[in-house]
Amino acid sequence: MRVSLFITCYNDTLFPETGKAVVRVLERLGHTVEFPAGQTCCGQMHWNTGYQAEALPLLSRFVAQFKGAEVVVVPSSSCVAMMRDHYPKMAEQLNDAALKREVEELLPKVFEFSEFLTKRLGLEDVGAYYPHRVTYHASCHGLRNLGLGDGPLRLLRAVRGIDLVELQGVEQCCGFGGTFAVKNAEVSSAMLAEKTTAILNTRAEACTACDNSCLMHLQGALHRQRTGVETVHLAEILASDDGTR
Amino acid sequence: MSGTALDPRTAPVFPMAARSAMGDTQLRKNVRHATDVIQGKRARVVGEMPDWQELREAGKRIRQHTMAHLDVYLEEFERNCTKAGGVVHWARDAAEARRIIVDLVKATGSDEVIKIKSMTTEEIQLNPALEAAGIHPFETDLAELIIQLGEDQPSHIVVPALHKNRQQIREIFRTKMNLPELGERPQDLADAARMFLREKFLRVKTGVSGANFLIAETGGVCVVESEGNGRMCLTLPETLITVAGIDKVVPRFQDLEVLLQVLPRSATGERMNPYNSIWTGVDAADGPKAFHIVLMDNARTEILADAEGRQTLNCIRCGACQNACPVYRQTGGHAYGSVYAGPIGAILTPQLMEMEHAQSLPYASSLCGACYEVCPVKINIPEVLIHLRNKVVEQNGMRNVEALAMRAMGMIFQSERRFRAAQRMGRIAESPLVRKDGQGQGWIGWLPGLLGGWTQVRDLQSMPKETFRDWWEKRGTDGK
Amino acid sequence: MASSADARAAVLGRIRKAIGGASSADVARAEWEAIPREFKRAASHERGEVLELLVERLIDYDAHVVVVRPEGVTDAVKSLLEARGVRQLLVPVGMPDGVLPEGFAFVVDAGFGASELDAFDGVVTMATVAIAETGTVVLQNAAGQGRRAATLVPDYHLCVVQATNVVETVPEAMVRLQATASLATTFVSGPSATADIEMTRIKGVHGPRFLDVVVIEDAGSK
Repeated sequence: MRVSLFITCYNDTLFPETGKAVVRVLERLGHTVEFPAGQTCCGQMHWNTGYQAEALPLLSRFVAQFKGAEVVVVPSSSCVAMMRDHYPKMAEQLNDAALKREVEELLPKVFEFSEFLTKRLGLEDVGAYYPHRVTYHASCHGLRNLGLGDGPLRLLRAVRGIDLVELQGVEQCCGFGGTFAVKNAEVSSAMLAEKTTAILNTRAEACTACDNSCLMHLQGALHRQRTGVETVHLAEILASDDGTR
Repeated sequence: MSGTALDPRTAPVFPMAARSAMGDTQLRKNVRHATDVIQGKRARVVGEMPDWQELREAGKRIRQHTMAHLDVYLEEFERNCTKAGGVVHWARDAAEARRIIVDLVKATGSDEVIKIKSMTTEEIQLNPALEAAGIHPFETDLAELIIQLGEDQPSHIVVPALHKNRQQIREIFRTKMNLPELGERPQDLADAARMFLREKFLRVKTGVSGANFLIAETGGVCVVESEGNGRMCLTLPETLITVAGIDKVVPRFQDLEVLLQVLPRSATGERMNPYNSIWTGVDAADGPKAFHIVLMDNARTEILADAEGRQTLNCIRCGACQNACPVYRQTGGHAYGSVYAGPIGAILTPQLMEMEHAQSLPYASSLCGACYEVCPVKINIPEVLIHLRNKVVEQNGMRNVEALAMRAMGMIFQSERRFRAAQRMGRIAESPLVRKDGQGQGWIGWLPGLLGGWTQVRDLQSMPKETFRDWWEKRGTDGK
Repeated sequence: MASSADARAAVLGRIRKAIGGASSADVARAEWEAIPREFKRAASHERGEVLELLVERLIDYDAHVVVVRPEGVTDAVKSLLEARGVRQLLVPVGMPDGVLPEGFAFVVDAGFGASELDAFDGVVTMATVAIAETGTVVLQNAAGQGRRAATLVPDYHLCVVQATNVVETVPEAMVRLQATASLATTFVSGPSATADIEMTRIKGVHGPRFLDVVVIEDAGSK
């Protein structure tokens, strides 16, 4: 399959390893990856903070970059949620019938990375090997907006060597929430503290998720507290192998 | 938080109020315990309903439909209630509602009233108005009694005193009821309330209530409660005065088949709460001889006029969103500076204030969506929060640091060239802040200005040397 | 009241402006009919199972329940009243024959004042309908059920329910109640209770602290 990768602005800038891992997994599965060079940002930060006028041009940009794609894969559940939940309404606001039609055609082809593997390709075992104790945090947008359900967990369970442990309060928000973490830093920190306590209680070496924004937030506290617990995007676990392939 | 009423016009902004609330470890413990228990109970009784999603959908559709025809249904309610002997009053705002109620109480000749828990009377700050007119209101719901005697303020729509534990409640009752020997078992405390209020129920001739539902088809009113204090106030007095927001109407009696299923399960985690009362006007052989109902707007029509905000009016005040909210869990209700706390408060309060106050509330959410997931009438609270944030941004204009930064970021994202330049600039800008750890990984432990909140408890990994797109391009030229 | 008329016109005017003009009752009726109600609206259990469910759910909310054959009602009521140690009992007008046993002081409600009601040990009534799924008995101001205060002020309530009046779901109950929807109506689900203190469920705050329910099986059953 010809897969167009939408890396997202913060993965591009801050988490290139996640993008490389996505490419590795998809190519290992025999797919061709394309990267439209003009892509930037889905507009989530602006839209969710109330800056709609700044978000609107980013919709047109995304559509222009990806129209004609066979599928679009995005290693970020919150960015996919942004598109699914808000792009149709944004197109409506722009009052552009052609754009609205393009959005309607494009959206069904857009998948979050784990969703692409489990729902679109029907896979669970992608041939990964990761001999570590790992716990999984269900990021809110993946859980509620995309309805990923146990898809990511099924992928993880199929990883050879993994010791997967359940996280208490797995469905509770980590407190990131984009600009929320800055505007309401104290409340966000308190939510984060509950989440890191739960992670430490699992005695996992690493916490994984489908969203680097949550992981960056968790990592910030896990590093500050010198816990030694790593955060790692699901794609990076699935890309790991024992070198025999 | 003392006797000062929760007033969005004077309340501190949410981050400040939250900071002081979170300093109260006992409060946080109480709130966490209470919300955990209710959520568990709710999950159990919702789990036994295979048709829960269909009920939610029907609930949403009924409420939506009602709002679209609100004039028809209010007039129908008025007609039928009047025919049955009730007297219908209309109030444009809180002041008018207060004036009507105070005048009605005065006309009965009583200088005291018994009250059912009603968030609408809290919204309009009825008690201070009654007291100013020389009328003593007795709150009769256990939680509201705790609040009233403790000179406190409600912190939850359904369980207003959930921020208090048994020891704190015992102290209030000991002092205010003059019961030095009072025990601290919940049963002891409930018994004390029963004794304290019994005499008032039998003596006071005027009752004041809110309403859960007004039934247009019959002119009936429905009140949902647990303790029986509601039934006491609704049936024993000679005069009953009910105040209800115009949003409380439902088209037909049959619609209760949905609302009476979803409300109790969502609110208290019960299949059905102990008592639902439905009455229609005045019945010579049952209950008060005079019944007045005040239909109050108080900015609800402003919300109705906003296509995206309108769904806020669908709320049936179950409080499930508060129990599910991870923000409310940390701060409790008082931080919201309004009688409507939690996610629903974060969207309802600013709109009731016509977007002139409480502008920090739409930002008091991580947009995690837990509120929407539990809402029995499917109010998409995150969607409304975002809508209200946009209104706040528009009101604030673009001449402030945040707006300028957002505009600059917006420009950057509109061009690949600018985006790449910004990525390079970011690495340069952050470099003075980066400290290397033992593995050669760079970390930022302090950020300036608005971003400083992040680094209070978190580090930030420094930017990698190479962006993904740089890697991708190199990989292409390497022929790999 | 002139000011109220002004307020009425103002509020209705604002509503009509907000919804884009006056709505019509006919349109509203048609749209209401079209609201999808795809939830469970009819019974899904056998009659016997419905009665069992009612009993289970009533007990779950702290009511005491017995199920009896029609000929056993009087005895069942008698032993419940004896077990509760109550003597002075209020009954509504129109209690059916064959429910109330000998040996107790049954006083028919003559519109007593609140303090007079408070002096009774308890009250015995029938019910219009009972809802199995939620463990609810529904009382209306009708013969054998009486006015609302009578089942509220005394501390003990014994409610007699005919199996023919037991439905499984809330929607079925609303259909049964529709014809008498304007009567004063009370849904009772267990004794008075609160969870306002640390979410601990406490039985009995202001309403009756004790609720007994006698379910009379259909004459033809089993």
